[in-house]
Amino acid sequence: MSAPTTSTAQQQGQHVSAQRRLHALADLWLPRLVLSPTIFASLIFVYGFIGFTAYLSLTNSRIMPRYTLEGFDQYHTLFAIDRWWVAATNLGIFGGLFIGICLFIGLGMAILLDQRIRAEGALRAIYLYPMALSFIVTGAAWKWILNPGLGLEKMVHSWGFSHFSMDWLVNSDMAIYTVVIAGVWQSSGFVMALFLAGLRGVDDSIIKAAMVDGASLPTIYRRIVIPALRPVFFSVLLVLSHIAIKSFDLVMALTAGGPGTSTDVPAIFMYQFSFTRGQLGLGAASAMMMLATVLAVLVPLIYLETKEARHGR
Amino acid sequence: MGADSTQLRVGRIAIYVLLVFCALYYLAPLYVMLSTSLKSLDEIRSGNLLDIPLHPSIAAWSKAWGEACTGVQCQGLAPYFWNSMKMAVPAVLISTLIGSLNGYVLAHWRFRGSEVIFTSLMVGCFIPFQVVILPMARLLGLMHIANTTTGLIFVHIVYGVAFTTLFFRNYYVTVPEELVKAARIDGAGFFFIYSRIILPLSLPIFMVCFIWQFTQIWNDFLFGVVFGGTDAQPVTVALNNLVNTSTGVTEYNVNMAAAVIAALPTLGLYLVAGKYFVRGLTAGAVKG
Repeated sequence: MSAPTTSTAQQQGQHVSAQRRLHALADLWLPRLVLSPTIFASLIFVYGFIGFTAYLSLTNSRIMPRYTLEGFDQYHTLFAIDRWWVAATNLGIFGGLFIGICLFIGLGMAILLDQRIRAEGALRAIYLYPMALSFIVTGAAWKWILNPGLGLEKMVHSWGFSHFSMDWLVNSDMAIYTVVIAGVWQSSGFVMALFLAGLRGVDDSIIKAAMVDGASLPTIYRRIVIPALRPVFFSVLLVLSHIAIKSFDLVMALTAGGPGTSTDVPAIFMYQFSFTRGQLGLGAASAMMMLATVLAVLVPLIYLETKEARHGR
Repeated sequence: MGADSTQLRVGRIAIYVLLVFCALYYLAPLYVMLSTSLKSLDEIRSGNLLDIPLHPSIAAWSKAWGEACTGVQCQGLAPYFWNSMKMAVPAVLISTLIGSLNGYVLAHWRFRGSEVIFTSLMVGCFIPFQVVILPMARLLGLMHIANTTTGLIFVHIVYGVAFTTLFFRNYYVTVPEELVKAARIDGAGFFFIYSRIILPLSLPIFMVCFIWQFTQIWNDFLFGVVFGGTDAQPVTVALNNLVNTSTGVTEYNVNMAAAVIAALPTLGLYLVAGKYFVRGLTAGAVKG
């Protein structure tokens, strides 16, 4: 009589252990399975595509890709084109000024906002809203404000300063600075937010101790607070240089690279040679140069930051 | 004491003056956009950038929405606005969902090599997209989804997942490991723990991710101009065409109305859920 019951118990036991094994197997493989489409996509669409672009840059592709390797001809051609150097110089001017001014304004506003300000929330919201806009919208707005005939210039004239001149948009020597103005307007509030978050993380007790020792507020900021913000400087530099190197939309909307090619940047150069001039190989070579620039800026920054973090521990 | 407190008060006032001055600098372009969009062309020509519109009219708005020429076609921004919606909403939802699952794996189901995988996925956040658009254009052509909204959704998901994964992974590592371990000892499986423990804790990070992704995708220009063609063109591309059309009289009021229309969805999100927007920006920057 007892035999059947033990056998069902055994069966049940086997059933349970089989289920357990199945669970264990699922726990082992499900995570990998869930992650695998992303890994696969990254391998193809990031790494594979970079490889493809690198390959294209070594071919003589025009409107259609060609797949015979020609060596570094495209890079030789690229470096011999004046327009490429105009674009690279513009990136240097824009990137340097954009990052420098954003850091200055952002840190300045963050320090001021950190002085127990009434209505801090509202002010912060105002400083940051441009970050929600598209660079195309920003470009369109500043294109109108800086309009030589009807914009800022006319307004200042009507205030009585008839010699004031603001023709930067149509002045090929100055047009790149209009891109700086609009870029800073859009991004400096964001830099402020990062610095403010960093300031809030600085240990209050050190500051209080320094105050008790009689240190003045500027000294405290210079000697204690700003050095403590080192990691924030790294992230800000990381993000801003990234925005600068990618800058495409803002220039397109504001000046479209003009007057002439005076505000060309590498991103526009790449777009025009690849898609409107039918020079795929040259476009690919310029894209690779952009990647190289990003790496040249980001790799040392990330290396320094992680080294610093490990050092700190 | 008296001199000290006056000095202090002068200092406080100076700080407030500076801060308010900065606020005006940031607000001025928005004011100019709005006021210009409500003026007539005559008023724009005779008046001043900062003048308040004397006879406010929404004529420029309706023209920007329904009739303005964006290149060859003159249907206003409306069709492109809806193109952007049809592109952004699915791309945001799908990339966020994938990011959430990826983040859950990378935070609580680590396996040999998962950290290396995480680092190599993050490279996707850093590359300038110029370096992938040529092969992507070929691929979309081969898949017959070039110049379609489907193609744009695909591209935005592929390159958005790196960011969403980063967001969710960094959020989920703050969920105590013991919670997940205890559930596993009790026999709870991968998806059970995800739906019963992780998801209920995830509302804030979902908000951050939705807003970040929507802003990124709505505001994108490069993918839109390269992969959008004429039919799937998003609103940013149409706005750029409208503003930079060189034929005929430039209607600044229509341009500005169009710019505000293109900005409204992300600006609205910022006003409603600015808290999450800021959190996303700082989270993305500090770790990314």
